[in-house]
Amino acid sequence: MAEFEPKIIAFVCNWCTYTGADLTGTSRIKYAANVRIIRLPCTGRIDFMLLMKAFAKGADGIIVSGCHPNDCHYTSGNFHARRRWMVFRSLLNFMGIDVRRIIFSWVSAAEGAKWAEVVNTAVKEIRALGPYDEYKNLSPIRASWRSEHAG
Amino acid sequence: MQDKIIQKARELLSGGDVKVVIGYGRGTGDRVHAVFVQKPEDAGALVMDARCLQNLAVYLPKQEVKALGKPAIVARPPVMRAIRQLMYEEQFREGDIVVIGVSDDGQVLDFPDLKSMIEYIDKLPLTLSPEEAAAVAKLDAMTREERWKFWMEETSACIKCYACRASCPMCYCPRCTVECNQPQWISVPAHEMGNLEWHIMRAMHLAGRCVNCGDCYRNCPLKIPLNLLTQRIIADIGDNFGQESEYVLAAFKPEDKEDFIR
Repeated sequence: MAEFEPKIIAFVCNWCTYTGADLTGTSRIKYAANVRIIRLPCTGRIDFMLLMKAFAKGADGIIVSGCHPNDCHYTSGNFHARRRWMVFRSLLNFMGIDVRRIIFSWVSAAEGAKWAEVVNTAVKEIRALGPYDEYKNLSPIRASWRSEHAG
Repeated sequence: MQDKIIQKARELLSGGDVKVVIGYGRGTGDRVHAVFVQKPEDAGALVMDARCLQNLAVYLPKQEVKALGKPAIVARPPVMRAIRQLMYEEQFREGDIVVIGVSDDGQVLDFPDLKSMIEYIDKLPLTLSPEEAAAVAKLDAMTREERWKFWMEETSACIKCYACRASCPMCYCPRCTVECNQPQWISVPAHEMGNLEWHIMRAMHLAGRCVNCGDCYRNCPLKIPLNLLTQRIIADIGDNFGQESEYVLAAFKPEDKEDFIR
């Protein structure tokens, strides 16, 4: 049987991580193809509901990435986001959601190699964790998930 | 204490500036409920005792109550915290409300203005009681799988009546995210996914704003311990950001410390 390939959604900011991921490509650095990148204006724009939606749509893992502290294009978006993630991550953990599946990172526009490493590490870790069946088996995903993956 | 509140309410209503006093009155059976006293001679209906726990600040932003004119409100510390937060969120300004304060030890407090109320409540930091902290710690001590099972069982009872939202003084948005369907953020039916998403969203939207009055839990017809979620957040905020009087998620410090960002 083929190895499990996790689906990973990456929410990245336009100014640092998206540009950084671009650099990974133009530098011809190869990295795992499991990641679907969603570009947003700023990490401050990354509403926690977007992360919930990714899981609800069947993601096995999530990467959230943006500018390093002090490097935000909008001065303070990532500082606000950091506080929100601290609270949100702890709340998810308290509710029993597997927070190992949400990977937060800072990747600047110059860190093409770091982006490749972040993605590769995330894929490796989430592959080891396996599909996020706990969440996928919640109704109403259950029916479609089963029909797609049965046998 | 009760007589003092009645006397104060009578004075305020006779003064003419205050049009309505929001307080507690006798309800059916052994219960108390909110009353809106508009005439000085009706002030005798006001009640104040250990049963009066409802957070009356929930009525303040409502159009129906605003239409009655300037309110005075009987406020224990959680209600004062709610008013402070509502003021921070620009729902009220100085002079919009008169507060008849009731301290935790049963003293009736006289606040000439809202600034003095804020000064009073700033001195009482919001912390969890030992019992609340123990309940949170008990869940923290479980394994992740046990916590997941616990919340799946607890939230499976949820019928999405939104009594938690209706009773919450901080849930005053005229259009809640659960009513938005472009996009549909939260699954509408009360199934596992819809309930999980609702409880996460409710807690997150109250992060840094919740005053821990406990009305969401008291009003839940299925007694889901959903205030544990907001209590967890209150504990987190205390541990990570310290006690701040304003909305902590609208502020930041460059030196905020976390250990999970790569």
